[in-house]
Amino acid sequence: MIEGISIYEILTLSTVVFFIGVYGFFTRENLITILMSIELILNASALNFVVINTYLYPDFLQGTVFSIFIIAMAAAETALAIAIIINLYKLVNSVEVKDTDTLKY
Amino acid sequence: MDWNSLLLMRYELGLLVLILLLVIFEIFSGKKQKGGLINLSIILFAIFTAIGFIPLEEGSIFGGMFRTNDMLHFFKGTLNVGVLILLLQSADWLKDKVVDQNKSSEFIVLLFSSLLGMYFMISAGDFLMFYIGLELATLPVAALVAYDTMKRDSAEAGVKYILSSALASGTAIFGISLLYATTGTIYFDAFADVISISNLSVLGFVFFISGLGFKISLVPFHFWTADVYEGAPIPVASYLSVISKGAAVIILMIIMFTVMKPLMPVWNKIFYILIISTMAIGNLFALRQKNMKRFLAFSSIAQAGFILLGFMSVDTLGVTTIIYFVAIYIFSNLGAFGVVQAISNATGKESMNDYKGLYRTNPKLSLIMMLALFSLAGIPPLAGFFGKFFLYAAAASKGYYFLVFIGVVMATISLYYYLLVVKEMFLTKNDETSIPYFESRPLMKIGLIIASIGILVVGLYSPLYDYIYNISSSFLNL
Repeated sequence: MIEGISIYEILTLSTVVFFIGVYGFFTRENLITILMSIELILNASALNFVVINTYLYPDFLQGTVFSIFIIAMAAAETALAIAIIINLYKLVNSVEVKDTDTLKY
Repeated sequence: MDWNSLLLMRYELGLLVLILLLVIFEIFSGKKQKGGLINLSIILFAIFTAIGFIPLEEGSIFGGMFRTNDMLHFFKGTLNVGVLILLLQSADWLKDKVVDQNKSSEFIVLLFSSLLGMYFMISAGDFLMFYIGLELATLPVAALVAYDTMKRDSAEAGVKYILSSALASGTAIFGISLLYATTGTIYFDAFADVISISNLSVLGFVFFISGLGFKISLVPFHFWTADVYEGAPIPVASYLSVISKGAAVIILMIIMFTVMKPLMPVWNKIFYILIISTMAIGNLFALRQKNMKRFLAFSSIAQAGFILLGFMSVDTLGVTTIIYFVAIYIFSNLGAFGVVQAISNATGKESMNDYKGLYRTNPKLSLIMMLALFSLAGIPPLAGFFGKFFLYAAAASKGYYFLVFIGVVMATISLYYYLLVVKEMFLTKNDETSIPYFESRPLMKIGLIIASIGILVVGLYSPLYDYIYNISSSFLNL
């Protein structure tokens, strides 16, 4: 709990961060920045869990534990995505979406 | 702690031991033994599959985080059979193409890790376990999609898959956090008692459905499907369309029928729209595909729409039809993908035009392909017909006649494009560009034969349906 700040401010912040992430995912042209947008989405969710746990249901630690797992999963996901992107970079020498996108109907 | 209760996790622990054994064998094997390692892993997995059919108690451990029952046992056994067929079909590809790059059991270890994630996902008793299982099921598959490191398409498909799956699971997690805000718990049992329809819970639910909708490739979330199937190695595409989709359907069913049951008036409407759009887009886009992998991708999207029909009836009939159809779908799709893979291994051809006159050069392969495609389309003596029939019956039992009507129309359209392939194989004359006669290897033959026996037996052996009905009647009180 933070003095003088209610849950509404923090939930607004986390929702804004989430939608910045979604917006970035759809508009960025670089694979690495797309990955950063996904990090924003996951971190917004982790923040949500911690805040809801602290403000609304302080008796149990379920939300906090969940957020720790989200952080770990986000790290695994990022590591794998970076590995795949590096492999793609070796083959096409670019991480821009317009250079890499050839599979189309 | 009572150690006997760990026996409930027999599937998970057994598969974990198998994975560790393979890693150790990989370390201590020389380059010449890699091919033998693949055979060994197939034998070990076959033994594991056979052990899986020994009956097991029901129950839950870890404070309800992990729970299991007869229906889940049956389904895990079905998944095992599917993976076994897949391994048999892909063994030759592994030996020919992958062992040269000095990696062999990596593929199988990643495949098994993903299967382990699916076990945990369908046995989950709370959202945390569900999330971890979902990620464990997804991440190894992303590595497998990009497995062909020398091929540009494979890398691109891998990037597309990992990025869109990360977005989908991120959205689902955000939805779970909102659902957690409304109920204060992440355990399924407690959750179902507390949840009620409110603006926040509906918002959370809509976010949540995107995560599983992505795995099943329902229509607003389907854009990755065709690209990834085309770029990925064929065994991986087959795995994505069969095993991964089947497991996701089961956990979606468990969550919708038990945990989210109080929200049913809301999700019935959402599913109504999802079913119509999935069947329409999947079937109509399949009409214009010329590449066999893309064709099967859109056909699998369309099949997902049919599976969803069973969700409209929230009772034992719905559960039974969904499990039954998923079992049929696993065998039919593995048959179709197996033939595509056999042809691709031997000649490298994947286009529909290359299949012309296949019956004159390779009659057995084209017969299996015909069986699989007719089963997917739902032609009466084969398994697919009964699956579709029960799904329509389930939707009609709740009065969704319009949905059933759309389903029948779409099934007719699907018959057209499945018959296009059959026509190409049987009626078109072969010329010098068509595929010459070739002999498939023994393991591939076994894989195809098991798949076609499955297509026939699951459809004609009616006690199986009764058995599924019996084990799923207890499920709704889970």
